[in-house]
Amino acid sequence: MSPSSSSIAAEPGAVPAPGEHHDHHPSYLVDGTTVKSWLLTLDHKRIGVMYLIWVLLFFLVGGIYALVVRLELLTPGPTIVDAMTYNRAFTMHGVVMIFLFMIPAIPGAFGNFMLPLMLGAKDVAFPRLNLLSLYLLLSGAAIAIWGMLNGGMDTGWTFYTPYSTHTTTTVAPILFGAFIIGFSSIATGLNFIVTTHTMRAPGITWFRMPLFVWAMYATACIQVLATPVLGLVLLLVVGEQLFQFGIFDPARGGDPVLFQHLFWFYSHPAVYIMVLPAFGVMSEVVAAFSRKNIFGYRAVAFSSLGIAFVGFFAWGHHMFVSGQSTFNAGVFAVLTMLVGVFTAIKVFNWVGTVYKGAVDFKTPFAYFCGFLYFTVFGGMTGVAFATASLDVPWHDTYFVVAHFHFIMVGATIMAFMAALHYWFPKMFGKTYHEGWGLVSAALIILGFNATFIPQFLLGNAGMPRRYYEYPERFQTLNVASTTGATLLAFGFLITAIYLTYSLVYGEKASSNPWNSRGYEWLTESPPPTHNFIGPQPVYTDEPHFYVDREKAEVPDAV
Amino acid sequence: MQSSSAAPAHHAPGVPPVPTVAAHFASLDVQQHAARLGMWLFLATEILLFAGLFVCYANYRFMFPEGFAAASRHLNLVLGTVNTLVLITSSFTAAMAVHYAKEAKNRQVVVMFILTILMALGFLVIKYFEYSHKIHVGQLPGPYFTDTEPSLQVPGVPMYFTIYFLSTGLHGFHVIIGMIVLTWVGLKANRNEFSARNYTAVELGSMYWHLVDLVWIFLFPMLYLI
Repeated sequence: MSPSSSSIAAEPGAVPAPGEHHDHHPSYLVDGTTVKSWLLTLDHKRIGVMYLIWVLLFFLVGGIYALVVRLELLTPGPTIVDAMTYNRAFTMHGVVMIFLFMIPAIPGAFGNFMLPLMLGAKDVAFPRLNLLSLYLLLSGAAIAIWGMLNGGMDTGWTFYTPYSTHTTTTVAPILFGAFIIGFSSIATGLNFIVTTHTMRAPGITWFRMPLFVWAMYATACIQVLATPVLGLVLLLVVGEQLFQFGIFDPARGGDPVLFQHLFWFYSHPAVYIMVLPAFGVMSEVVAAFSRKNIFGYRAVAFSSLGIAFVGFFAWGHHMFVSGQSTFNAGVFAVLTMLVGVFTAIKVFNWVGTVYKGAVDFKTPFAYFCGFLYFTVFGGMTGVAFATASLDVPWHDTYFVVAHFHFIMVGATIMAFMAALHYWFPKMFGKTYHEGWGLVSAALIILGFNATFIPQFLLGNAGMPRRYYEYPERFQTLNVASTTGATLLAFGFLITAIYLTYSLVYGEKASSNPWNSRGYEWLTESPPPTHNFIGPQPVYTDEPHFYVDREKAEVPDAV
Repeated sequence: MQSSSAAPAHHAPGVPPVPTVAAHFASLDVQQHAARLGMWLFLATEILLFAGLFVCYANYRFMFPEGFAAASRHLNLVLGTVNTLVLITSSFTAAMAVHYAKEAKNRQVVVMFILTILMALGFLVIKYFEYSHKIHVGQLPGPYFTDTEPSLQVPGVPMYFTIYFLSTGLHGFHVIIGMIVLTWVGLKANRNEFSARNYTAVELGSMYWHLVDLVWIFLFPMLYLI
């Protein structure tokens, strides 16, 4: 068992001693090298690294499904798979990407690694729960993948009833897998909230917390408050599938629209579980690479909470065509647009941060530029969708697909890649090749545009989502989209190659290679097992304090 | 160094052991604060889980007012009331356990938890009689509903029993989990572990039991009285 699992018996109220090793502090990567010391670790950094490995694997699986879908749509008729396989492929693409990649990726990998470091804590509040949360994710994934291999599911990732309770494909194990993954999400969120409340080092007040911590905190609130409702509704669908209770089946007096309410009560806030961590990453990156204090710190921090709050009242915009009243549609439209207001606060503050900054155009900043573009473009189409009259013609067309890929996937992938490059030296103590980083960032941003801009056009022209065959007039745009997807895959492939290479052959990174002012850079790269050498640090400076406001000059390295 | 999970094995009988602080916490106070906050958040998720069922109930009651009214009159009000009293009393004994733990009276903590668990068992036994009667006369969820009682031939009655069995079943599951939790904490009390500085486990276990009680206090009027 790793040393972090040990504890010292202290007199009540006493500050624990720094540990046994007074002269030798191995990094968390080499402190214990057996397989068991990794699999049973209670160290948040090792758990974060294991999350990273798994979510990258799930990303690959989801990506392969995406390529199957895109290849199938190259021609109007059947191309490489039959209709049923196609239905299963797009369903599994959605399920894997949302539940196994987008939701756990940034909180699981980077949140786990960085949150305690940023708070000056030795670990998260509940290390055992943290490890449990990883294994819940993996057990849920195992059950879902078992279901995939034994029949798969053809409902789409939204599991809409009554179809999902009547289809002969294996719905129950996949839903049950998602149910267990929900517990993992709750556990992570609960842990982060308690850690943020109780484990901040001396000097870190609420308004001196890094903005990434604020974003993780807002995300955690959504995870804790929304996920139980998804858990219940998935259980009800599984029960209905197995016992035909009829609770969502109109033939037995049930109400399928109730399923939609309960499902979107989670699944709309889930969008913010995905993008709020992305916003947090970008707030760190934009300050670090503009060499400038974050503009409007409090506004950025509070807008995260604002998005989390308003996000709970926006689910009805998924149901504009479900027969809800015009009054309801109007209310949900306005509430949805409020999300745009809070997001705009963030966007303007990021732009204000870059303005007159000394921009250091490294790979993470390249991803920031892509992120800003995807957020604004995707966000603006979101406001358009929130308008009920515009939603009706676009509903269930490729316009929806393109919109949510831009805002949810585009923004999150940009942030995930930025985080991967920004924190790579801290996590692994190695540097990567900047040139390759910029090339792959360009490829990925270009590929993303080439994939989804044609889909906006397809949707506007009326091509419905999820269809297996389509009229010939849509083919040119579909070919363009598939070409873009190929480019995208190629960009990720390059990243995978040079990052793996850097892990082994990369130059050793200094403790703060970006000259960043974030708290996580105050310790070694990679950090020692208990995060800090010596007693708990005391913070006297702000996390995004790049320029002394009095002297207005860019500081040297920390 | 010793593991934070292992109970201190060697201490003089009658003297509560010194509470251990895990290495990553600055002090015992912080550790206990974190544990309480974590429990409150967990209870919030439990309430939201049941809230989904309450939404289902409200929805279908709105759709089938006559059916739901007719079906709810076929619940055994006496057994339901007795069960409510049993659970409220068990919540009282659980609270008393916290009171005694603060005074380091570990023996009384054990007694209070045994009483609580016995009442939980009583609740389940009464629930068993209610369930077996319902199964016997065919007042069952959805397609399994076979009761031919004329007053129950109203749309929505099978849906009522779907929600009845789902919500009381989920609650019953929580009762069993609560019994396991209290047994575990009771065993710790039996090892004389609690004192004025260290009673978090008793407090959190009792909080969970209060939640089980609280959910029933919502379920009882919803299913039996309205």
